[in-house]
Formats: sequence, C-alpha cells, structure tokens
Amino acid sequence: MSDQATTLAPQFDDLAQQKESAIFGMWVFLVTEVMFFGGMFAGYTVYRYRFHEAFTAGSDHLNLLLGGVNTAVLILSSFTMAMAVHSAQLNRRRALIVFLVLTMLLGSTFLGIKVVEYSHKFHERLVPGPAFHFDGADPQHTQLFFSFYFAMTGFHALHMVIGVALLAIMTGFAWRGRFSAEYYNPIEVSGLYWHFVDIVWIFLFPLLYLVGHHG
Amino acid sequence: MNAAPPAANALPKVHYLNVDYGIRSWLFTIDHKRIALLYLGSITLFFVLGGLFATAIRLELLTPAGDLFESETYNKMFTMHGVVMIFFFLIPSIPATLGNFLVPMMIGARDLAFPRINLLSWYIYTLGGLFTLFAILSGGVDTGWTFYTPYSSTYSNTNVMATAVGVFILGFSSILTGFNFIITIHKMRAPGLTWFRLPLFIWAHYATSVIMILGTPVVAIAIALVGLERLFHIGIFNPALGGDPVLFQHLFWFYSHPAVYIMILPSMGVISEIVCCFSRKKIFGYSFVAFSSIAIALLGFLVWGHHMFVSSQSMYAGMVFSILSFLVAIPSAVKVFNWTATMYKGSVMYNAPMLYAMGFIGLFTMGGLTGLFLSTLATDVHLHDTYFVVAHFHYIMVGGALMGYLGGIHFWWPKISGRLYPEAWARFSALIIFVGFNLTFFPQFILGYLGMPRRYHAYPEEFQVLNVMSTAGASILAVGYAIPLIYLFWSLRYGPAAGPNPWQAKGLEWQASSPPPTHNFPETPVVTEEAYEYYPGAEADRV
Amino acid sequence: MSHDHIVSPKLYLGVLAILLVGTALTVAAARVDLGGLNIVVAMSIAVVKASFVVLYFMHLKYSHRLNWVFGAAAMLWLALLIGLTWTDVAARLIE
Repeated sequence: MSDQATTLAPQFDDLAQQKESAIFGMWVFLVTEVMFFGGMFAGYTVYRYRFHEAFTAGSDHLNLLLGGVNTAVLILSSFTMAMAVHSAQLNRRRALIVFLVLTMLLGSTFLGIKVVEYSHKFHERLVPGPAFHFDGADPQHTQLFFSFYFAMTGFHALHMVIGVALLAIMTGFAWRGRFSAEYYNPIEVSGLYWHFVDIVWIFLFPLLYLVGHHG
Repeated sequence: MNAAPPAANALPKVHYLNVDYGIRSWLFTIDHKRIALLYLGSITLFFVLGGLFATAIRLELLTPAGDLFESETYNKMFTMHGVVMIFFFLIPSIPATLGNFLVPMMIGARDLAFPRINLLSWYIYTLGGLFTLFAILSGGVDTGWTFYTPYSSTYSNTNVMATAVGVFILGFSSILTGFNFIITIHKMRAPGLTWFRLPLFIWAHYATSVIMILGTPVVAIAIALVGLERLFHIGIFNPALGGDPVLFQHLFWFYSHPAVYIMILPSMGVISEIVCCFSRKKIFGYSFVAFSSIAIALLGFLVWGHHMFVSSQSMYAGMVFSILSFLVAIPSAVKVFNWTATMYKGSVMYNAPMLYAMGFIGLFTMGGLTGLFLSTLATDVHLHDTYFVVAHFHYIMVGGALMGYLGGIHFWWPKISGRLYPEAWARFSALIIFVGFNLTFFPQFILGYLGMPRRYHAYPEEFQVLNVMSTAGASILAVGYAIPLIYLFWSLRYGPAAGPNPWQAKGLEWQASSPPPTHNFPETPVVTEEAYEYYPGAEADRV
Repeated sequence: MSHDHIVSPKLYLGVLAILLVGTALTVAAARVDLGGLNIVVAMSIAVVKASFVVLYFMHLKYSHRLNWVFGAAAMLWLALLIGLTWTDVAARLIE
C-alpha cells in the first residue's frame, strides 16, 4: 500500500490537488503537441491544395496495406493502454503490467512496419534529396509530398519511440509496486500521451495514404 | 540598561539563500526562488553579450561607409544581436526571473506545481544557450534573427544549424515555464484568492503563458523544417525545388508576433503592481486591465501577417491582417489609460521603480502608436525594412519591456535579497537610461521615415548626423545599464536590511519575510480582501 | 471527484470497434471518386474517430471542464493556423 506521506509532493496540499494538476498538466502539454504537429499540417494543407495531382501521384506510391495495418495496430494499442489505466484504477498490478507490455509490443510493431515502409521508399528512390527520382508529370512537387511524408511520419515515429520508452519506465515502476488505486497518476498521464500519438496517426493516415482513389 | 531589541528590519536567521550552501545546492535546487536567481544570472550574461553586438552595430554606423566590418560580418552582428536579445534575454526575462520568484508567493503557494520541471527549464535554457554560443564562436550566423528562407535553408554558408538547434531547444524552456505557470495559477491559489482578487502581475503571466504554449511549438517546427531542408537538401521552402518561402514566414510569424506579447505582457503586469503601490491607490478598472491581458494574448495571434505585407502575401490577407492589427492596439491602450487614471489623484512617490514605470508608460505609448503607422498597409510599403521599424520595436522592447524589467527588479529587490538598494543612485540611473534611450532611438524614427534601410552597414552621407546621435545615445544607455549592475551587487553586502515590506505594498509576497524562507509562508495564508486595497494618504514609509 | 470514474471494459471494446469500423469506412470511401468531397469525408470520419479516443480513452467525458477548455483551444488554434495560412495561399492563386 502506498501511503500519502510518500506519494504527496510538498508543494501540494493533498492528493486530489496533485492528481488534478498532473492530468491538467498533461492536457496543457498536449496543446503544445497539437500546435507542433499543426505547423506541419498547415504546410501540408497549402501544398496539397496547390499541387493536388503531384501529391496524388506520390500518395499512390505509399503502401496502403501497411498503412492500414499500422492504423489498426495503433488503435488496438490505444485500447490496451486504456485497459492498462483501468487495471491501475482497480489496483490489479499484474493486469496493469500485461496491458503495458501489450501496448509496447503493439507500438513496436507499428515502428517495425514503418521501418519496412521507409526501406521500401529508400529502394524506390523516393527519399527526398539529391537521390530522389520520380517518373511522373511533376516530380518536383511530388518530392515535396515525400518531404512532408517523411517529416510528419518521422516526427510521429519519434513520439512513438518516446512513448514506448515512457511505458517501459512505467512498467518498471509497476513491477516495483509504485502504483495503487489511490496513486496512479503517471500511468494515466502516460495514457493521455499515448492516445494523443494515436490521434495524430488517425489524421495522418487518410491525409497521406488516401489522397488518390487506389481503385 | 536593557539591550536594544533586535531591529525590526533585520534579516531573518534562516531564509532561502542561506538554508543550504554550495554549488550543488544551487544546481540541484527545486526552490522556485533559487531557480529564478539561476535565470537572473544567465539572462544577465546574455544581455551583456547582446549589448556587445549592439555596440558593434552602433560603432559601424558612426560613419556612412561600411568601414568597420565587411558586410557579411555586419550581417552577423545584427543577427546575433537579435537572436541573443530576443530568445535569450527578452523572452525569458521577466517570466523566468520575477515570474518564477513571485507567482507562487503572490498566490500563497509553497512552490510552483512542478518544481523539477522548473529546474529542467533552466537546464534546457542553458543548453540552448550553449548551442548558440557555439554558433557565435564558430563563425556566427548572418540570416537575420528571422531566418528567412531560402537564404537560411539553402544558401547561407554560416552556422544556421547550430543556431537553429539552440533556438529550438530554447523554445522548450519557454514552453515548460508557461506550462508550469498555467497549472499553478489554476490549481494552487490560496483559499479566498478568487480570480478577480489576483494581482494583475498574475493575470499578465497567465496570458503570457497561454501565448507560450500555443505559439512556441509552431516556430519550433518552422525551425526544424529549415534544419531538415539544410540537412537533406529538400525544398520545403525553396522555390527552386518547388517550395514556398512565404510559407516559412507564415509559420515563423505565427509565433514571432505573439512572441512580442510574451515580451511585453509580463512587463505590463509589473507596471500595474508598481503604479498602484507608488500612487497608494487601487488600480483603476481592475477587470478591464485583467481582461485586456487576455485580449492581447488572443488577438495577438490574429495579426502575424502584418510582418508580411510586402512579401507577396495576397492583398486580401493583407487587408484582414491590417484591420486586426488596429484592433490589437486597443487593449494596450486600455492599460495605459487605466494606469494613468490610477495615478490621477493618487499620492505619487517617485521612487526608482515608479520612475521606470512612468518611463514605460510614455515610451511604450510612443512605440505602440508608431505600430499603427506600420499596420497601415499603404504606409508600411514605405516604412517596411527601414529604421522606422527598428525604432518602433526598440521603443516597445527597450523603452517598454526592459524598463518594466528594471523597475520590477528594483521593486522586488528588497524581497529577493533582503536588502535595500541605494535610492539616489537608482533614480539617477533611471534618468540616464531614459535620456540615453531617447537619444539612441528617436533619431531612428526620422532615419526610417527618410528612407534609411535596416540591416545595412553603409548609408548615404546625409544620414550621418542622426546616426551619430544614435550612437552617442547608445553609449549613455550603456552607462545607465552598468550602474545598477554595480549597486545591486554592492547592496547584497552593504545595503540596509529591508524588512518584510519596505514599500508598505499590498500583495501576499510582502507578508513573507525578506528574504523569504524556502517554503515562503509558515502556513498557507487566507485571503479576505480585494487586490490593491491601498488608501490615498495612508502611512507610507517614504524610503 | 473526477478521474476516479472507472469506465467499463465493455465501453472500451465498443470504442475499439467503432474506431476499426471507421478506419475501414475511410478506406472504402477513398475508393469512390467524390471530387472535392473526398477530403471532407475523410477528415470528418477522422474527427469522429479522434473524438471517441478523446472522450472515452482519454476520459475527457468524465474530466474537469478545464481540460475540455484547453483541448478545445488547441483545436481552435490549429484551425486558425491552418485556416488563415491557407486563405493567403488560396487568395494568391486567384490573382
């Protein structure tokens, strides 16, 4: 059993204030993340508007199957993360650890699939830069598409890596009995972060992979 | 004979400065007051560095020919001056020093919501600063602090990457500070301290923090994309490779315009505190001043295109941004009217903080009004990229923000250090700064109106007199800044003990001892009165 | 006290199903040529999916209104950034 004396930080008056501050704090941090990705969404929007055909041509070269599978993987990982928080709320330590590990496994699967996709792009010479080569009507603007593809999915993947590392730390804490029904703030806050990274992908997938009709 | 009782104003035996000694107790502190002092040291160093670059600029501009530096070197001088002053001095200045020190105290809390994140923000600031110092020492950057593409992303041969990384990292320091303030102000106010009893300093810092969290990430991604473009030779902002340089400007100014409100709002908060105390009067129109801070923060996000009127931004967007820019002047004007109305029929005392505040009110008004010339599309076509713009923003940033900062440092110095600074020297320096400032920057309005472009190291002969006046003013200004540095340090050792409330000011921070103990208050105070319950003619220690 | 509301796993499973169905719908809709509407449909479905994640997985439905306010502010600011930037580009193309 954790006791109030050890889990209450001195600047707070009680556990409730501490918990509210932690949750609110993560929401405020997520606001900054929305604006960070938002800058890239803004750039993508204006370029796609101007160069729709070139962007469609680029999008058609993305692997819809792998992208779709990754979307399902992430959505599933959000479910397992929600279940992890649920387990913490009910003081079920083993279930908590199982769900955290599942979430990490799903997250790592996502990252593995991305590595496969990136290496395909490398072999198809679709990585922007001096080596870029595209047989299409407007290769310059298709390269722009791929610049945004790599920048956006790259920053997203970076956030996933951080998320997986965060959950590994949480798993370690859970293993050592740090959490209880009264105190599981770090789990809940990690969950908020993880769900946010999922939401970014929920928007990235249709924006990047479904420009054209694939039909 | 009875021994004399200990002086009521003696320093407390144990306080946050002497509770623990040694460098580790400072580098690993989580006390918001010590962190504030860590920041105070760092930003002062960067201020001096930025000042050295300014000295180089003003020396070059003494003569019409570009004879002190090559043009490329001169470009580096004004770039580094801007980068250092804006990102490493002005943005953190009041929030990271006075804000960190006072926000918890003013709301009756023991510390900020996340003390370790507060310390982390200082380390991040330092890391960003080191990258930027490295950039300076290994050749500098010449793109202008605005990093416009494609020069910054493709063609410049200077240390853009290191500077970009430094600024990117610094952005996180700013975000963490703002984040901490928002949580603290929402969740940790003392009992009885409702929103409308908060000091206006808190409202100002809240509004500033909202800007920090909404805007800083956008400039971070803009800079990151420039970095990616440089590293991988892609064309996000380079027209030769299909990109749009104006897109960079949109992303850059989406933050950098609200950033100027990050730089001025905290200062405005300081002015509200000083004006009330030294007029012995409640602020005129409390809720108007409080809401004007929020209005500035929100409206400030709607005007960024006024930096881009001549960039090939569409005329329609230009018109929209122009009208909105007129609107954003209104809440600032509300503050100026309310401060003036507060002083009217108050018992005004002309201590150094009040001299700085009065200087702020006048100079900020001039700077703000000249902003309206720039928001007017037609006049901006002529004034853009001239010294008129340079004068406009220096009136606000130096005549406004910096004077507010100095006023605040002096006002709260007794609380921070437990000592009084020498009042005569402080008033003298305030006057020197005022004179030096106007001599430096007023001629620049005229130069700009006459057509002298900014960022040029050579100029037509007929502009020399005004430039010499400006440089002369700058040397006076430098003296004015040096003197407080000396006497503030001197006062740490030799200044008389201040006591808890040498100004007889209102506000929870003045109920704690000077210097305060680590956890600020022995018990959480309970607030029962409105803000600024001063009465005209009240007993005041005329220090 | 908020946040001690414990959501049932059944509800989470329901949200999971909705999200997976939504994903399938998005892909199916993309195969049909709806012209300019394609992006509207795709983004609308994405917004609905994101809302389910936010309300249920992230517990915003059971959370302090303050968290709602900040979440909504983020959305508003994102719209501002994208929208106002886009109007400049769109207007330039008219000229």
